[in-house]
Amino acid sequence: MVQSENKQRILVKGAGVAGLVTAVTLAERGENVTLYDKGGRIGAGASWMAGGMLAPWCEAESAPPEITVKSIESIAWWKEHLPDVVCGGSLVLAPARDKGDLLQFGRKTSHFQEIGTEEIAHMEPDLAGRFHKGLFFPDEAHINPREALYALLERLKGLGGQAIFESVLPLEESSFDWVVVCTGLDDRAQCPNLRGVRGEMLLLRCCDMTLHRSIRMLHPRIPIYIVPRDDHVFMVGATMIESEESGGMSVRSIMELLNAAWALHPAFAEAEILEMGVGVRPSYPDNIPRVVQNGRSISINGMYRHGFLLAPTLAREAAEIICS
Amino acid sequence: MAVSDSFSVDSFLSARSFYGHTLTSPLMLGTAQYPSPDILRQAVLAAKPGVVTVSLRREGARQRAGQAFWSLIQELAVPVLPNTAGCYTAKEAITTAHMAREVFQTEWIKLEVIGEQDTLQPDVFGLVEAARVLSQEGFKVFPYTTEDLVVAEKLLAAGCEVLMPWGAPIGSGKGLNNLFGLRAMRAHFPDIPLVVDAGVGVPSHAAQALELGYDAVLINTAVARAGDPVSIARAFSLAVQAGALAYKADPIESRDMATPSTPVVGKPFLE
Repeated sequence: MVQSENKQRILVKGAGVAGLVTAVTLAERGENVTLYDKGGRIGAGASWMAGGMLAPWCEAESAPPEITVKSIESIAWWKEHLPDVVCGGSLVLAPARDKGDLLQFGRKTSHFQEIGTEEIAHMEPDLAGRFHKGLFFPDEAHINPREALYALLERLKGLGGQAIFESVLPLEESSFDWVVVCTGLDDRAQCPNLRGVRGEMLLLRCCDMTLHRSIRMLHPRIPIYIVPRDDHVFMVGATMIESEESGGMSVRSIMELLNAAWALHPAFAEAEILEMGVGVRPSYPDNIPRVVQNGRSISINGMYRHGFLLAPTLAREAAEIICS
Repeated sequence: MAVSDSFSVDSFLSARSFYGHTLTSPLMLGTAQYPSPDILRQAVLAAKPGVVTVSLRREGARQRAGQAFWSLIQELAVPVLPNTAGCYTAKEAITTAHMAREVFQTEWIKLEVIGEQDTLQPDVFGLVEAARVLSQEGFKVFPYTTEDLVVAEKLLAAGCEVLMPWGAPIGSGKGLNNLFGLRAMRAHFPDIPLVVDAGVGVPSHAAQALELGYDAVLINTAVARAGDPVSIARAFSLAVQAGALAYKADPIESRDMATPSTPVVGKPFLE
């Protein structure tokens, strides 16, 4: 145990997934952590809209191999920090005429099993008979991102950390030994390469449907995923639009996401729409996040669509700089 | 040795100009659907396209919220051909063209008016209407159309000086579905620059379009969604050069050996 007089005072700015995971990681290493967000609450940015899929191998379909390598350790980290990580694997499906997309998805990824009609029916009885070929990634998992953020805040407080949610930081930044900046697009002055990628999502309640794992539905233009939450709630996401517009969801995007959900199962026709959400993902040109040190300041940014997947690894990298 | 090292650049460039502009390559490359802007940039470096196309979505145009991505496109230093992808009416397409002119400071517009949501087949009626309005406003319109000759005539009458017939539905990778129709179009409009737009899946499809005498090929999905976009971008670049060189070299006609037309020499009569 680190002696209190040896504790470093660390300010973590930004209470999205990157900031919260970093704050907890540093507090667990015995540092004196203050978490601050000017948005007035946790998850005021893109993290609140996340799917919460922990899918290192599926992501390899469009992400470079280093994303997969770096994200494998995060599943273990989340299991240590949350009581309810759903470890049911993930399932990739395609309508019959798009089965070519399934072949290509398989060529771009690894750690999956090809499954057929019977296995799909066994794993997801509500989808029985609707799909005849799929890819099953047994080692993947998912979490509820909003509950995860709350749990991390409680964990931080339990470790003696402090959280400040005010529009202006009532403390001098210079009074801290280190400042870790996890404020996404707000830190553009320091990270000029950043751009925002708009994402839109829906929360649906569909009492006639039960799913046990996250499902990806392939489509040449509108690939979607559906992540089951408790109480027959489903998160349907997400669009990827090269725009920093954070205004309300467009009718077209709603139609596309709902059409795809309906194609997965017609029971979604009767679902209740609980929420339409929009987030803007901070992203570097290669869509790979970075930990950048500048004196006593460290920036963790560019999480793109991999915030929950990569935050534990990036937080560890930042902590190794600070605690070395 | 690269093809470009052993032949002069002129040997595979079309003599037909696009509104007075000569393309530096018969390849037009779309910028959507890449794994990242960085991979897009590498693909453009590998393909050395004559133009890049970029779609303008409404979400990006409000308060110029798409500026960060557009800046990345402009940094590629390749002529930009903005498009109206995703527009379903002439009115939408015209509005999008206006936004594109403002953002990219160009009068070029690749005009898409989509008629069917699934196949993304062009609505040729809306297309002709929008082409007429935009041409009158001074736009240089590159219309995404079918291989229908009558529609093509009407597009030219509306002010278009380029035609972009599809090879197959957008993103299908089916290649040149109607060879006869595309050949007829080339023969019917000997002076008009023609571009195969949409449906190309592999480099041999692109080479085939150039072998037919087409002036360029537009490719997006086939590069962006390939396992290795950068390598296939290079392959497409080589393919269009090969196709253009072949066209200019006057290839032989194919021959139907199943119908012999001359006596078979050296084969004794058995009867």
